[in-house]
Amino acid sequence: MKCQQCEKPATFHITELTGEQPQEIHLCEGCAQKYLMQTPGTGMPGKASLAGMLAQQLKVADTAKELEKLDEKCCPICGISFYEFRNQGRLGCPHDYVFFASELEPLIVNIHGDLLHKGKHPLTHKRSTESQTKLIQLRREMNEAIRLEQYERASELRDTIRNLEEGEEQAEDDHSV
Amino acid sequence: MNVDLNELTGRAGEWMKGAGPQSDIVISSRIRLARNIAEFPFIRRCTTPDRAAIDKAVRDRLAEVPQLTDLAYMRVDELSDVDRHFLAERQLISRELVEAEGARSVAIDPNERLSLMINEEDHLRIQVMKSGFDLVAAWEQINEVDDLLESKLTYAFHDKLGYLTACPTNVGTGMRVSVMLHLPALVITQQIEKVFRSLQKINLAVRGLYGEGSQAMGDFYQISNQITLGRSEIELRDQVHDVVPMIIDYERRARDFLLKQNQQDLHDKISRAYGILRTAQTISSEETMHLLSSVRMGVNLGLIDDLLIADINKLFVDTQPAHLQKLRGGPLDTAGRNSERALYLRRYLSQKEKDGADQN
Repeated sequence: MKCQQCEKPATFHITELTGEQPQEIHLCEGCAQKYLMQTPGTGMPGKASLAGMLAQQLKVADTAKELEKLDEKCCPICGISFYEFRNQGRLGCPHDYVFFASELEPLIVNIHGDLLHKGKHPLTHKRSTESQTKLIQLRREMNEAIRLEQYERASELRDTIRNLEEGEEQAEDDHSV
Repeated sequence: MNVDLNELTGRAGEWMKGAGPQSDIVISSRIRLARNIAEFPFIRRCTTPDRAAIDKAVRDRLAEVPQLTDLAYMRVDELSDVDRHFLAERQLISRELVEAEGARSVAIDPNERLSLMINEEDHLRIQVMKSGFDLVAAWEQINEVDDLLESKLTYAFHDKLGYLTACPTNVGTGMRVSVMLHLPALVITQQIEKVFRSLQKINLAVRGLYGEGSQAMGDFYQISNQITLGRSEIELRDQVHDVVPMIIDYERRARDFLLKQNQQDLHDKISRAYGILRTAQTISSEETMHLLSSVRMGVNLGLIDDLLIADINKLFVDTQPAHLQKLRGGPLDTAGRNSERALYLRRYLSQKEKDGADQN
């Protein structure tokens, strides 16, 4: 069987399920690759459709100017801009869920139909959202200090991180006793 | 523990066994949990030292949990391209982990039922796979592993939103429940579209063999939950668990219908597929999958009696590019792979035919 797009033999047989009737498509490897690149995967929202969903959501709620302003909003902890998230569909750190809460909540409701977790909770080692954020921020500052060769500052930050982590573990142990 | 990938090559992994409930139609049941360590940014914003620190933190914790110390740990970024694809073909790592950059690794248990991916889209992805339809056992095992790790690691967790993940599509439970089904009769009878639409209505996703973005090859369809927030893990598991028997029943009825209506045509299609696999001198991976799908149905319907489902599953895996190169013991270009694949199929199937004749 020949490829439907060129003269090469068809080695890729695709059953397309997006139309009314299942459609069989026969392509060579090269044409199949091009075809698959064009056709987003079915099922759950991936990177592209998440970005699409966000764009759709924002179009209704925001004017271009507001959107531009929103895109520039950056998380103070990881530095990711809303534009980067919108474009890539991936968040930069756990704090983004707090920092971009008003933008993310409608999207989360859109995806899951809910905003409240009903599943399991960590039984031990539970860290507050504030302390999670603080640790990420301190670690980021420490990496920056290392990059700038400010080793004294980096070692101070390392001690602060260690104290915070150990302090929490201690508090947990006390609590469990 | 180190693992010898060459030793894995000769073995059948968990999902290839063709064992477990309903294994004529259900290839495997899989559950994965996405987790992130609280004190690090998500992968996209991680620095090189962050990635190394995450990798080390998980590895150190694994060594502290007695139940998990026999896992084989591998640095995926240090493996050859063929070895990375080899692990993906066995479904032990995702395509994303194959293609990602920077420090990333995987820990696998010897029977290939459990794998832990480190620095994939999230810091940690725990995956449990069972042969056949066995979501209850898969959940029990993954929940236990998650609890064991959680006693040593602090996960990013939000009181209202649950487990926090890099992509909001996974937030909450971080859980994806998937069942891989072989549905050739629904494809032939053009009923698959109906199934597909009704699953979408109840928020279940249908994908091809290798997950998101991949097309259904060889009539394999992966059904999984789309929602991860607002329902408990058990509710999410049961949603998939409850719908699968209906699809199995639908596929069985489609097979009966084909047998009754057009047994000659069906037998012809299956025999021709088997004939090509036994005699081809050069054959692509895609054509092999397509033909093996027909032969698999033929075995299930009793139209082919010298093969077992486990043989077909093994051929599916062994004829994929990376497996073929591992079996051959060296790199092969596309043309080389196509003739090596045909040779492998001819040898394997003629041996089975001979074994069958000897038994008779």
